[in-house]
Amino acid sequence: MSRTRTPAEGAASPVPADATTGDPLLEVDGLVVDLPVAGGSVRVVDRVTFDIPPATTVGLIGESGSGKTMTANAVIGLLPNGAETGGELHWQGEDLLRASPARRRRLRGHEIAMIFQDPLAALNPTQTIGRQVGEILRRAGRPRADVRLRVLELLERAGIPEPAARMRSYPHEFSGGLRQRAMIALALAGSPALLLADEPTTALDVTVQARILRLLRSIQQDQGLAMLLVSHDLRVVAHVAHQVVVMYAGRVAERGPTTAVLARPAHPYTRALVESVPAVRTRTALAHPLPGTPATPANRPPGCAFHPRCPLAQDQCRTEEPEPRPVAPGRWAACHFAEELLQR
Amino acid sequence: MSLLEVNDLRVSFARRNAWFRSRSADFVAVDGVSLAVAPDEIVGLVGESGSGKTTVARAIVGLVRPGSGAVLLDGVPLGPVGRRTTAQQRAAQMVFQDPRSSLSPRMTVTAIINEAWRTHPESAPPGDRTAALHRLLDDVGLDASVARHRADELSGGQCQRVSIARALAVRPRLLVCDEAVSALDVSVQAQILRLLVDLRERHHLAMLFISHDLGVVHQIADRIAVMRRGVVVEEGRTTDVLGAPRHEYTRSLLDAALELSTTDAQDRSGN
Repeated sequence: MSRTRTPAEGAASPVPADATTGDPLLEVDGLVVDLPVAGGSVRVVDRVTFDIPPATTVGLIGESGSGKTMTANAVIGLLPNGAETGGELHWQGEDLLRASPARRRRLRGHEIAMIFQDPLAALNPTQTIGRQVGEILRRAGRPRADVRLRVLELLERAGIPEPAARMRSYPHEFSGGLRQRAMIALALAGSPALLLADEPTTALDVTVQARILRLLRSIQQDQGLAMLLVSHDLRVVAHVAHQVVVMYAGRVAERGPTTAVLARPAHPYTRALVESVPAVRTRTALAHPLPGTPATPANRPPGCAFHPRCPLAQDQCRTEEPEPRPVAPGRWAACHFAEELLQR
Repeated sequence: MSLLEVNDLRVSFARRNAWFRSRSADFVAVDGVSLAVAPDEIVGLVGESGSGKTTVARAIVGLVRPGSGAVLLDGVPLGPVGRRTTAQQRAAQMVFQDPRSSLSPRMTVTAIINEAWRTHPESAPPGDRTAALHRLLDDVGLDASVARHRADELSGGQCQRVSIARALAVRPRLLVCDEAVSALDVSVQAQILRLLVDLRERHHLAMLFISHDLGVVHQIADRIAVMRRGVVVEEGRTTDVLGAPRHEYTRSLLDAALELSTTDAQDRSGN
């Protein structure tokens, strides 16, 4: 068993950078989501821009109130009632924000599939796993004779042992890890081009988490899938994502290749996140905890939303909101002092 | 001498068959656990879900009755919570995982702390309660203005600070923290860990710090015990256990734990 670790130099290369280039599958450009609240609305996603190239995993990271889940919900078309959207959202060139509900339903589960944190809530408790996976195949028009074989194939691909016996099990008979594998089989049944995973391992024990992340990586690589991974856990994103988008209070603080961003953050918030992650093998995280609590879209400080917690904040940060701008090849950051941070 | 000692603790729960109403074999949650926490010491208790960590914690504060074995404070065996002297009840206080559900949402912070003082009047400060309340809030890094807020108006991190203040209000000697930082945002988690370490220094507190997160435990614990299926499989100084684990299970936990500095997630401990 070979294991390679680089010395902790802040962070290190997680995934081989084998992302193919080409037209992005998904383009998110200035996306805005307003949610209704008593007496008005709150902008929970504010001018968010990033894209997902084919066969690439993009990690969407942030703390509570950062807007990461609402951004993902906008992509999949599952925003709460009364939500207003703005900006642009293009799927292989198609304008999703202006697509018909019928078209969005057809996309969901087929071209874009999802897995969630709690598979027990997402699976149908009254049907066997095999039947649920089979239903997606039948709906996609696969001949009846093929369905069983393909179900077995999918369960096996998701790492479910003894698929022929397990396809007759109900979700409650599965452990947490197996349920998440069943969810993955279900997601793959529609042969999606993009897999959206919202906190897929948050509810799992560490040993199970490691296996599920490994499975997601291998599926992503073997099938050339694109993946949008939403997580609060920088470690998870570092392990599977080629690109990372760091969100704070509804906006993008920074984005770029995961390795580069984590090794040398261009935004003080990213740097603080990296420093807050407790290392397993060393004692590090307590030195300089970030003060305060994450700003939320409903309580956005003026200027840069991060300034009340930022060790580098100047007068300019209190009044002038920084726009995300290119700071290095392939990297954007919304900080007045990004260049200086990069040079440290 | 140890402040807290847990000797060969066993806890089992009756398992009833819902269909036939018959009683099947009991489920053994804790199967012979021994632990010791010295004054001023932070002991980490780690393990995956179902390993029995929380049951150990609940037995220590008297919320479950052990089948056999003993929990001793200063060498004196403790009974279930109702049979403990008030001094024994005050000595070990618990901080829970989810600060939002462990605080009554409609109570103000002042009311929450006053309730602790009413439960244990001998721990209540003589004289000016308001000044004492402000000192207590300051101790956990909260502004005095928080006192008049209701719990549901506070952030997760603030709620957890209030939970800690409520535990400190009765001047305990041991804090039992059950996943006390697991539900917090990572930037807030670091603050609370820092606070716990500072409080230990300031108040000579001992702590049993329960977590599934090896990284978090490494930041805070002097010693660490690893639980699996109701037993402690390995125990020792944190640096020894996490630096050179002797038990195979500890090694598999370490292999599975993600680090930012890990280059390759592939492999590890087979599928």
